[in-house]
Amino acid sequence: MRLERPDTRGRFAGFGGQFAPETLMPALEELESEFAKAWADPEFHAELDALLRDYVGRPTPVYRAARLSDQFGLELYLKREDLAHTGAHKINNTMGQALLTQRMGKSRVIAETGAGQHGVATATACALLGQECVVYMGEKDIERQALNVHRMRMLGTEVRAVTSGAGTLKDAVSAAMRDWVASVADTHYIIGSVVGPHPFPWIVRELQKVIGEELQSQMSGKEPNRPRPDMVVACVGGGSNAMGIFYPYVGSDVELVGVEAAGYGLETGQHGASLVAGSPGVIHGSMTYLLQDDQGQILEAHSISAGLDYPGVGPEHAYFKEAGLVRYESITDDEAVAAVHLLAATEGIIPALESAHGLAWIAKEAGNLQGKVVVLNLSGRGDKDVEQITGPDE
Amino acid sequence: MLPYMTAGLPTPSHSVELFTAMANAGADGFEVGIPYADPLMDGPTIQAAGDRALEAGSGVRVGLDILEEVVSTAGKPSVVMTYVNPILRMGIDDFADRVATAGGSAVIIADLPVDEAEVFTAAFNRRGIGLVLFIAPTTTEERLERVVGANPPFIYCIADLGVTGQRATASDHIEELVARVRQKTDTPIVAGVGISSPEQANVAARVADGVIVGSALVREVLDASDAAGAAAALYSAVAAYAAAVRRTSTN
Repeated sequence: MRLERPDTRGRFAGFGGQFAPETLMPALEELESEFAKAWADPEFHAELDALLRDYVGRPTPVYRAARLSDQFGLELYLKREDLAHTGAHKINNTMGQALLTQRMGKSRVIAETGAGQHGVATATACALLGQECVVYMGEKDIERQALNVHRMRMLGTEVRAVTSGAGTLKDAVSAAMRDWVASVADTHYIIGSVVGPHPFPWIVRELQKVIGEELQSQMSGKEPNRPRPDMVVACVGGGSNAMGIFYPYVGSDVELVGVEAAGYGLETGQHGASLVAGSPGVIHGSMTYLLQDDQGQILEAHSISAGLDYPGVGPEHAYFKEAGLVRYESITDDEAVAAVHLLAATEGIIPALESAHGLAWIAKEAGNLQGKVVVLNLSGRGDKDVEQITGPDE
Repeated sequence: MLPYMTAGLPTPSHSVELFTAMANAGADGFEVGIPYADPLMDGPTIQAAGDRALEAGSGVRVGLDILEEVVSTAGKPSVVMTYVNPILRMGIDDFADRVATAGGSAVIIADLPVDEAEVFTAAFNRRGIGLVLFIAPTTTEERLERVVGANPPFIYCIADLGVTGQRATASDHIEELVARVRQKTDTPIVAGVGISSPEQANVAARVADGVIVGSALVREVLDASDAAGAAAALYSAVAAYAAAVRRTSTN
């Protein structure tokens, strides 16, 4: 069963909640009530919808990938979030939260970023609304996603390198939360996925569900006889693009598949597949599935894709998994890279490494999907990954 | 004067020596820190301490073994400081059993607000252990009442906004914050976070019943070249803090 809102304790069945330092709790309470008010306010929606239409470029198209459909023996559609302004779905969330920041009378924004897509989307919204912005990014990610670092700086954002841990997304989230503990009076934390303490998973889901809602009306134009696809596939790191496209379909007869990062392979322990291979616990303020050792220490994840290189996942996904509402699978680094090349060569689209995990799973599973209508959330474009995949001097 | 120290520094086998030195220097009790790899409430010093202790083989089980030794050798009341996930992984009941057998008197969980505390409080109280709750400069009156209503063994007043770590100047929040709590309850109050000089401890001790000093002491251990050096540095540091705290004690 789909839950419209988490319960009064911020839980989706057992998952979610607020495992946050007391210093932040009043801000989380304020955020919940301010968002609830804004979300019920037609003026807020009018302002956000106008920005999404005229500035972000929504609705994003749904494209039938004809050559790949023939190759796979199914009807493959791509929901083109890569065509949204800044090149990924992340902007749906940052526009909404930046407007909310304005409503709350806060002047400074902080964010974390892994692949840099959420950082760029936050920097963009802040430039547009004249807000001061600081983005925390792991030093390893700064290296492998250099293009996005340049973009953020050009947009007037300060990018702060995080050197703790493995220097990836987990460490960037922790650093942003530590900043917020000190700065909460004048600062809003625009978290980048459906993770963190309540109300963040709920807010980000509400702001991202536009993807699935658009898809519902677009598919009836594409496939008048089969307006509901047989299957919707999306990659899952923290899980915001998957949540956005799945949510309107949860509990229907549409099969939903979330694809996590298997990294070097699940058997190596070097992966980011918290739902497929992790266990329940608390990470970054939320009860969810995560990668941890037998002493409750959170493990470093591994994925070639910085956006999926995270040892936790949004708590509502943990709920979906346990309730059997969504199926979760995983794809290795090598399979994802092959899928980037495949989509580039057959459809002329270079996808983000993150999104390529979803395509790789469809390619692998195609034999079991003959004749089906399958939609992939193409959550981001791959310009940022080209250098990493091909090497610097090609 | 209540020192915080990460359990397992400089190594698990030398950890108790450091607590003994602090007890000899006049510490009134201890906050024994379970090292954690992702401590959201801690600044760079305690993060580094946690990483080093984990590398040296510490963790929740080793940390509780150290707690047991500290309680039996130093004979000072000791509380456990941890984050929630190591407790969940061990199981709340198993963790509470182990703290009780080790002789710990209470547990502080940095990422556990009163909103999520009920199941922990119940498990701890059944074994005669308390769950400490926090009040921050941002805490509202409504939240303060909920914290008081949960009947913690003592209340941890977060002296300053921000994570743990050293500060150049004393917090200007602490007096007002302690006064707010005193209006509602007689529960003992300890002050911590950002207290990193004897002068700052002195300011906090004028209003609070106990003062926690963490990062400034942990820094001494991280900078020491060996366990003996760390114990000596801690002895003189804790002596200075203890003197500053006693100088201002009126009760």
